[in-house]
Amino acid sequence: MAKITYITHDNQKHEVEVQNGLTVMEGAVQNDIPGIDADCGGGMACATCHVYVKEDWFNKIPKKEDGEEDMLDMAFEPKTNSRLSCQIVVSDEIDGLEVNIPSKQT
Amino acid sequence: MIRTDALIIGAGPTGLFTAHQLKLIGLNCEVVDNLDKIGGQCIELYPDKPIYDIPAVPECTGEELTNNLINQLKPFDIKFHLNERVEEVKKENDNWLVKTNNGTSFSTPNVIIAGGVGSFEPRKFSPKECEKFENKSLFYSVKDKKIFKGKNVSIFGGGDSALDWAVELSKECSVNLIHRRDEFRGAQATIDKVHQLAKDRKINLYTQYQMGSVKGNSNLESIDIKHDNNEIKNLKTDYVLGFFGLIMQLGPIANWGLNIDKKTIEVDTEKFETNQKGIYAVGDICNYPGKLKLILSGFHEGALAARACFKLARPNEKYRFEFTTTSTNLLKRLGKKE
Repeated sequence: MAKITYITHDNQKHEVEVQNGLTVMEGAVQNDIPGIDADCGGGMACATCHVYVKEDWFNKIPKKEDGEEDMLDMAFEPKTNSRLSCQIVVSDEIDGLEVNIPSKQT
Repeated sequence: MIRTDALIIGAGPTGLFTAHQLKLIGLNCEVVDNLDKIGGQCIELYPDKPIYDIPAVPECTGEELTNNLINQLKPFDIKFHLNERVEEVKKENDNWLVKTNNGTSFSTPNVIIAGGVGSFEPRKFSPKECEKFENKSLFYSVKDKKIFKGKNVSIFGGGDSALDWAVELSKECSVNLIHRRDEFRGAQATIDKVHQLAKDRKINLYTQYQMGSVKGNSNLESIDIKHDNNEIKNLKTDYVLGFFGLIMQLGPIANWGLNIDKKTIEVDTEKFETNQKGIYAVGDICNYPGKLKLILSGFHEGALAARACFKLARPNEKYRFEFTTTSTNLLKRLGKKE
């Protein structure tokens, strides 16, 4: 289990416990956190589960694999700390992770 | 006005198999899709990705699945209306009157929505003021490249569309190519060409920049682009092109009086009918207790919705369940018997 904090664009904090092995995207969808669309269901094919990862966490979580950066080209307002939340797998190591959700996904 | 027994919205796997089922039981149907090709998400999002959970097909790609479904439709005559988006669905007497953005209209007792997560639309620039210039000096696709001749054109994006147009337009216009990072994701040969053209000063390349804002009153005059380090550069430009791929939008479906929850349409599990009589939803876009977003579920849903269509399309006939292995009727329709 890991505690993940999702911060929506209007600065609302949503703290949830997410099971190991799920993705940060699934944690958001299962807990009805607004702002993560995940249209393609985790296939890294749509860039609608885009989040910004707080700087200190960005280097700690597993690195991007092939294809994620390509998808991020299409995300809404990508930044250097952008990630697709469907590609971040939850484990004890990321307990306490904070992600910011962009104002919209498309 | 086209009259048909059933109109299918969406030419993805579910829409295609639903068409098969309708034709098999002797109903006419036509299919509308906003993409320029048949196949839906399978062809647009993952043509090369293997799928492992289609019954009796151990492994196939999105493209192979689409081609097989198209082959399965070969015995039938089905009209596809591609590049068209359904805008309006209105009740007219006992039928539904359906209009597309191209002005095609249909009259049908049955509308089957097999729309996946919605229609594919181009992703747009985020600054609001970009809308003002859309389709005048700011485009998300190229319809007539002649208008750019001798002009300053700023192209945004890092994939094949952006790179191909940068190369092509650099022959006759002054091209700026702007991308959010140093790497491009197009074909290697095109990427090499872009770098060569940049070296020869035929293309002005700006990487790690994104759209900041657009400037101009009635005509576009210039754009500000913003570097990752917040530095801003102003580029004189007559036209802007953005190539950020496609996004799925529910679009006009939201206005047809259907019960929609979280971008999906509520249906019953007998006919896959919505709260509107004669409008059905099948595949990823429908929702009911226990719904699985699998292609195989879409096939089942389409088969049942097709039978429900029979009742409204042939009110004076009784539907008779038959097998393709034994029924002379079905084998005739499949072209296997004279």
